[in-house]
Amino acid sequence: MKWGVVTFPGSLDDRDALYALRDVLEQDAEPLWHKDRDLRKADCVVLPGGFSYGDYLRCGAMARFSPVMESVVDFARRGGLVLGICNGFQILCEAHLLPGALTRNRSLSFICEPVTVRVENVNTPFTCAAQPGQRLRLPIKHGEGLYVAPEDELRRMEDRGQVLVRYVDRNGNPADAANPNGSMHSIAGVANETFNVFGLMPHPEHAVEPMLGGGGGLTIFRSIIQSLA
Amino acid sequence: MQVKVFITPKKGVLDPQGRAIEHSLRSLGFDNVGQVRMGKYIELDVAAASSDEAAGEVKRMCDRLLANSVIEDYRVEVERA
Repeated sequence: MKWGVVTFPGSLDDRDALYALRDVLEQDAEPLWHKDRDLRKADCVVLPGGFSYGDYLRCGAMARFSPVMESVVDFARRGGLVLGICNGFQILCEAHLLPGALTRNRSLSFICEPVTVRVENVNTPFTCAAQPGQRLRLPIKHGEGLYVAPEDELRRMEDRGQVLVRYVDRNGNPADAANPNGSMHSIAGVANETFNVFGLMPHPEHAVEPMLGGGGGLTIFRSIIQSLA
Repeated sequence: MQVKVFITPKKGVLDPQGRAIEHSLRSLGFDNVGQVRMGKYIELDVAAASSDEAAGEVKRMCDRLLANSVIEDYRVEVERA
């Protein structure tokens, strides 16, 4: 399979995503430029973290209208796999490829710390290598990660299993104290209705080596590889 | 024509900034303060033949880019020349 990692002006984690894919997972991964419409035959497109277009107006609001996003939207509508991490998640929500929105953390502080998330649905291309209820230790680093969606929409998403990862405490419970940013339903990441688009605030690309804090992120990337094998 | 856009968090959407301002005002002794909501204010110059045309155009801008309908409401005001 082939990966494409998009770089927007202001992206920060594009290199780390390429490193995780190429150097750690030995994948064929290519950088994609925000002005390019060509996705270079990627089977999975990664929208990385950072502050695309300075996060002006709203996080992800400007990136949504970049040329590459037109192709990403077409690609997703045709069933292509899209993974949005942090700012990438915000962009996917702004582009209406994912429901809901991400707003300012309830603490109003930028948070940079490791969190534990629980995998809620393993029947998706992004989580199929995980065990049901498996806990992953991943870092977060964001100021606007509070996930919001209308209550009725949230209920439908929960029923369909679109909430793929949720913040939990040491015992695996989605306690309020373990919710770093105040997200509704302790949501850390959601998929679309057809489960080919996934966005999450934690950074799997920063958790791929045991020497550097653990390999929790590998489960996400390996799931994608497994689903396309 | 000058057009003003007021963007506010939708009712029911958590507004931590508004809440922080509310707490600060209370701690300054403004006990009469109720709920505070914080939003954005945008001023635009728009070439249009009438106020209606300008308002319609800016509403389209709000729907496409300026506001996110999942979390925000907006109000458009056209200034008389």
